[in-house]
Amino acid sequence: MTPQLAIFFVLAALAVLGALSLIFQRHPIHSALSLIVVMIALAGLYLLMGSEFVAAVQIIVYGGAIMVLFVFVIMLLNAGVEERTNVSKLAGIAGIPLAVALLGFLAAAIARSNESAQAGLQSGTLANTKEISTMLFKDFVYPFELTSFLILVAILGAIVLAQREKS
Amino acid sequence: MISFLNANATIIIYLVKIALLLFIVLTVNAYLTWFERKVVAHMQSRWGPHRVGPHGLLQPLADGAKFLLKEDPTPAGVDKFTYFLAPLMALALALTSIAIIPFGPEPLHIFGRDITLGIADLNIGILALFAITALSVYGVALAGWSSNSKYPLLGGLRSSAQMVSYELALTMSVVGVLLLAGSFNLRDIINAQAHHPEWGIAGWNLWPQILGFFCFFVAAVAETNRVPFDLPEAESELVAGFHTEYASFKFAMFFIAEYTSMITVSCLCTIMFFGGWLSPFPASWTFTHYLPSVILIPFGLWVIWDGIRYETIFGRIILPGVGTAITAIGVVLIAFPPVNEFIQGPFWLLGKIFVFLFVYVWMRGTLPRFRYDQLMSFGWKLLLPVSIANVVITAFVILMRGAK
Repeated sequence: MTPQLAIFFVLAALAVLGALSLIFQRHPIHSALSLIVVMIALAGLYLLMGSEFVAAVQIIVYGGAIMVLFVFVIMLLNAGVEERTNVSKLAGIAGIPLAVALLGFLAAAIARSNESAQAGLQSGTLANTKEISTMLFKDFVYPFELTSFLILVAILGAIVLAQREKS
Repeated sequence: MISFLNANATIIIYLVKIALLLFIVLTVNAYLTWFERKVVAHMQSRWGPHRVGPHGLLQPLADGAKFLLKEDPTPAGVDKFTYFLAPLMALALALTSIAIIPFGPEPLHIFGRDITLGIADLNIGILALFAITALSVYGVALAGWSSNSKYPLLGGLRSSAQMVSYELALTMSVVGVLLLAGSFNLRDIINAQAHHPEWGIAGWNLWPQILGFFCFFVAAVAETNRVPFDLPEAESELVAGFHTEYASFKFAMFFIAEYTSMITVSCLCTIMFFGGWLSPFPASWTFTHYLPSVILIPFGLWVIWDGIRYETIFGRIILPGVGTAITAIGVVLIAFPPVNEFIQGPFWLLGKIFVFLFVYVWMRGTLPRFRYDQLMSFGWKLLLPVSIANVVITAFVILMRGAK
């Protein structure tokens, strides 16, 4: 086992454990902390693939800005421990088989694309900031701009909702 | 033994470097508290610490012993895990960020190996630093929340709002420098300021990026929760803010984290806007290379003279000893030109860092605290637009001149 593979498994285990803990923790802050662990583990995985820039941005944007807002809102609302309800029957009957099926499809898809999984462990081509910006602003400029527009719409919506009505 | 050392030389060098850097940073932290108290005291016409040792020089040791030996009660009703995690996180992240700072241009040749000054030389240097800064909000926010008490919660809320607001300006203000250097690496950023060795101080990023420097410094002070942006721990309103419920060593951890991030910010200001280890004088003025000796020798002699006036053992023996050592270093620098050349980079870097640390203390001694609404409007309505304008102007000028 190469050191890279070992690090991959450690980070992957950390991400999965963090995700599980996110669901099973009963306090919102603990869930948020688990999500931060997932984000950082993902950043580590990007780093392993040789895309340093994406890894740093992952931590700055998701680990930093977005999760800080989550924590901030939880603190502001002073949300308490959540109460567990009985699992609904529909979720038990339909949800679990669907989840297993989805997992199976994903695993099959990943197993089939053998070569891309191999390439993932080598140092990638995404490392260079220039290449990322070329991709974002040249090859995929329309999807990128559309996404930004979507976010802008969401921000405007939030402002409209938050604005007090003038009497 | 020898073969083991040879086989694992890289790892051992790294471990030694990390231990050494930790030791230096923690010592500097301790004496930074002494320096701050002394300078603020003199600004307010007081003496500051002067009982423990000559000039109060042993005060940091006394404080450290006190932090270690005090009772450490855990308040009832705290969220145990988060309560213990928060100071640990604050301290660990603050100390990690120092690892990315390069401390000198030339590697040190010892035992046939090149040892670079600085631990991690990352391609994404500045981004990694921002990533660490982005995470350091949690230390403060979680401390405030987990204490299960009103004042810390308010302090934690304030600080997370403040840090999120100023992080935007902080990140944007650096983009101009990155555009000029064309790299995220801190060494590359310094080397990009050395294109005209004859210009000296005029070649630094400070002049083309003066707006960026203004935004960066203000935002960085806000990020470190220092005066005039220390609302998270405004003692007149919030007792001690987010660390009200922390005592003993956990409190010390927040304290060390705060002072370490002061050092990091000073390093960053120096590296990005003040030419890092570059001398402010033109490269042809080789006589300025004796400046370290010119400062060290009189200072060492003064320490000897000052020490022998004391009646205590510390004053009589240790101060003259330290003074002799400082003078000896100054003499060695004159006697061995290669050593002197090597020391130039670190000398200027540390000198500039010291100036920034002094500015920090100076601000604490002179500026009143912002009001909360002033803080928010200042960050969002002034700093952010100015830093974005700086990015646009810099990009425009670079485009006009023709990209490299």
